[in-house]
Amino acid sequence: MSLNNEQVTEIAHLARLNVDPADLSDYARNLSDILAFVEAMNAVDTSSVEPMAHPLEMPQRLREDVVTEENQRERFQAVAPQVEGGLYLVPRVIE
Amino acid sequence: MSDTSKTVAELAAGLAAGRYSSEELTRSCLSRIRGAGAELNAFITVTEDQALAAARDADRRRQAGGAAPLTGVPMAHKDIFCTSDVRTSCGSRMLDNFIAPYNAHVVERFNAAGMVSLGKTNMDEFAMGSSNETSFYGPVKNPWDTSAVPGGSSGGSAAAVAARLVPAATGTDTGGSIRQPAALCGITGLKPTYGRVSRYGMIAFASSLDQGGPMARTAEDCALLLETMAGFDERDSTCVNRPVPRYSEQLGADIHGLRVGLPKEYFGDGLDAEVARVIDAAIAEYRKLGAEFREISLTNTELAVPAYYVIAPAECSSNLSRFDGVRFGHRCESPRDLEDLYKRSRGEGFGAEVKRRIMVGTYALSAGYFDAYYRKAQQIRRLIKNDFMRAFEEVDLILGPTSPTVAFNIGERADDPVKMYLSDIYTIAVNLAGLPGISIPAGFTNGRPVGLQLIGNYFDEGRLLNAAHRYQQVTDWHTRAPEAFA
Amino acid sequence: MEWETVIGLEIHAQLATRSKIFSAASTNYGAEPNTQACAVDLGLPGVLPVLNGGAVNMAIKLGLATGCSIAPRSVFARKNYFYPDLPKGYQISQYELPIVHDGEVIIELDDGTTKRIGVTRAHLEEDAGKSLHEGFEGVTGIDLNRAGTPLVEIVSEPDMRSPQEAVAYMKKIHSLVRYLGICDGNMQEGSFRCDANVSVRPAGSNKFGTRAEVKNVNSFRFVQQAIAHEVERQIDLIESGGTVVQETRLFDAVKGETRSMRTKEEANDYRYFPDPDLLPLEIDEAMIEAARSELPELPDAKKQRFMAQYGLTAYDASILTAGREMADFFEGVAAAAGGEGKLAANWVMGELSGALNKAGLDITESPVTPAMLGGMIKRITDETISGKIAKEVFEAMWNGEGDADTVIETHGLKQVTDTSAIEAMIDEVIAANPGQVEQYKAGKDKLLGFFVGQVMKASKGKANPAQVNELLKKKLAS
Repeated sequence: MSLNNEQVTEIAHLARLNVDPADLSDYARNLSDILAFVEAMNAVDTSSVEPMAHPLEMPQRLREDVVTEENQRERFQAVAPQVEGGLYLVPRVIE
Repeated sequence: MSDTSKTVAELAAGLAAGRYSSEELTRSCLSRIRGAGAELNAFITVTEDQALAAARDADRRRQAGGAAPLTGVPMAHKDIFCTSDVRTSCGSRMLDNFIAPYNAHVVERFNAAGMVSLGKTNMDEFAMGSSNETSFYGPVKNPWDTSAVPGGSSGGSAAAVAARLVPAATGTDTGGSIRQPAALCGITGLKPTYGRVSRYGMIAFASSLDQGGPMARTAEDCALLLETMAGFDERDSTCVNRPVPRYSEQLGADIHGLRVGLPKEYFGDGLDAEVARVIDAAIAEYRKLGAEFREISLTNTELAVPAYYVIAPAECSSNLSRFDGVRFGHRCESPRDLEDLYKRSRGEGFGAEVKRRIMVGTYALSAGYFDAYYRKAQQIRRLIKNDFMRAFEEVDLILGPTSPTVAFNIGERADDPVKMYLSDIYTIAVNLAGLPGISIPAGFTNGRPVGLQLIGNYFDEGRLLNAAHRYQQVTDWHTRAPEAFA
Repeated sequence: MEWETVIGLEIHAQLATRSKIFSAASTNYGAEPNTQACAVDLGLPGVLPVLNGGAVNMAIKLGLATGCSIAPRSVFARKNYFYPDLPKGYQISQYELPIVHDGEVIIELDDGTTKRIGVTRAHLEEDAGKSLHEGFEGVTGIDLNRAGTPLVEIVSEPDMRSPQEAVAYMKKIHSLVRYLGICDGNMQEGSFRCDANVSVRPAGSNKFGTRAEVKNVNSFRFVQQAIAHEVERQIDLIESGGTVVQETRLFDAVKGETRSMRTKEEANDYRYFPDPDLLPLEIDEAMIEAARSELPELPDAKKQRFMAQYGLTAYDASILTAGREMADFFEGVAAAAGGEGKLAANWVMGELSGALNKAGLDITESPVTPAMLGGMIKRITDETISGKIAKEVFEAMWNGEGDADTVIETHGLKQVTDTSAIEAMIDEVIAANPGQVEQYKAGKDKLLGFFVGQVMKASKGKANPAQVNELLKKKLAS
């Protein structure tokens, strides 16, 4: 699979990444190389193989339904770029 | 020899015997980090004041008789582990201003044991790299040859330990990020079984592959560190609730009759001839110790790197979505609108390799491509695990090189991602399967260290560490120090 | 052309757990912004989700109550998209393998007929935070208290054919989740929300038309209005030569119409994949049995029992079992009334419901308790008071004047059953109305009512009406 600049732009948009137009061709080449490389996977037939999402064959552990977290807003918001009245601020969201 | 050249075990004994205080030890490490070590760029943040306070605490604790074995021993943490009130950058501009509000589980455990953290070590950005060249804070240099890379992504930890700046450091290993830099820097590094060590507070790269582990000069030190850092943590769903053996007490057991597999795929094309020679010598050493070798096949080895470069980017593309400039981390100047906020904050905050992987992962998961890439890779992943399971029916351990070559030069592979990815060809399959692996120093070619890798079955770290320790009892590669840092 | 409407609903019910689905932060509603958003809810670096067993138990209960299969193994997946109220950049949900699937509910329509509505699946997921626009200039404030609140999304089959059916289905699910105690059902606070998938097709066709998804219709009335409007819009569109586009639309409650949500149409690509921070959820028989043992009697079973045990009509039993609180209240009344179910039903649905409505109160806030109302009914059946006097007693109880016996005592409302006292009053009435007596005797039987009224008036309503009747007839005949 070879990607062109337009496709890279679309992927970058989906991933919300600003990519300098001057770098687009480099990304397109790198990503194409990587995709070509991973396509080596197609050498084996895996049609009967159950996909493996996780190394552990273990079920999910369940937490008891109890509240143990306390309010740490001040501590958490100390690292926030922009807050007001306890709210995180972002540019106006239009719906 | 300065105190900092001693191992964790030796320092623990010295502290216990009162030969020096933790404060003295900490001061000599700090001055080494600032002095001879500075040119390596191994640290992103040095926490001198906190370290000295912790050292004095440790000394008091020891005097009061409440010390744990490792109380007062200095160490460093890879800057991927969250440290309360200390910057945790993950090697990224994105988190250059991020002061973590909590400690990682691993950090909590080392603190509780009284170990003294000296600071945060340099790393590839978000652990994505095999050379430490993708760090926002600049490349780390290999203490054996400062024109060479230290490996990655735990390159800062590896270089700091190799240069005797600290006796031990934490690392994380997603595709070889502990073992490969350990090999390239001539130290010992252990990647535990997935789930052995909690991932809580360890900034995620690829959640189903990431595992924290110890990096030190000896297997004995790794045993001491692993038994301190491993253990159940209810905050990580993937952390296994299973007793932690006293690994350090199991060292020294006879390995006569130990069945060791040599995967033919790890000794074929692509393996540097000089590296192969070093590994052959190590095999001969093991034979003398009574190990029995047999050739095995890990048939799908060639597919491990391709599968990994789908799975890891897919998980990372999602894991790194939280870095959006809203609640923490880098935010661009004067965003025009929400989309601009996201795109510029992320575009500026992430480096090129991180962006590449996010884009590969985004693509692999997107509509129409999911089956061909992600699902396919998960199927390959099972084949790779099956290969190992078959092998472990016949053998106790698997042995081979950690990396196909010794350390390459800074800049040499930076422009070719695929070539860089192949540095991890022998380490990646272990992460896909979730097995434990260790890299130990086994010799040199052209003055650069060669690492030997041992791979064990699930939760068989004890056997792995013992086999590494037995080798270190009869060889001295692990005691060699780079001349400039001896 | 005749058109047929096809509706499927996706209902989001917030589960009534104490803590969030993947963190130990509180789910309480109405706290100061971001004071109930812990590191996990905020998606801070390095923190990880751990599944709340309470949420799993509740989802199993819902599955059992809707006849769903409970999946022995289900998987949490990430739904990836960027939005400021979604801190991690993905929502943890279930995609390919939901926790429960393939069930049904039976809805009852106004004409008394019933209909089966298939439940495709219900899955667990986390809620997002809230975006606040009020009071800010050019910016939006983000409150993540709600982020991570457990939701169960209940997806129906496209089995509904009218807005009325959709409302009946939504009410049925609402009633179920409240019976089960797994959701408070508070639609104002957003605990129970609904998206409607609406399409139309020529009557008789078996191919579905293109559907529009109407988002966030948060009251039964709005569901009715939104669907009705959407159906009309689609029919108009098609009949005037246009085509329906598959899109997300928002219901504007003020204008009573739906409008397209995105001006710039952007294809969503959520890139679902299994969440590597979580392992497959395995549910064994023991967990299912534990949930089953905690199940209350459900509305359908309760309705049947009410009809059999109390002799209620299907209609009355439906109304009384629509809500668990109402049903419990009714049974409390009936028990206190010595099993007089029919009378209890009449009072609960009549006088009590009227008073509650007027005062804008919920059944749980009724100043007249089941014991009080039942006690009063007992006084009707033992003839201490008449049904008419009972209304007076009820009003006094409503106004806080104590239980029925107290009110009867203090107001002196005890029914007069003493024959001689009644006869005395009858004699007085006969004496005072010679003309009417004359006419009655001449055959104008209807006047009996007049005499009863007069006697009741004289007794201030306390005379036993049956006795009055009987004695009057006897006296007037003599």
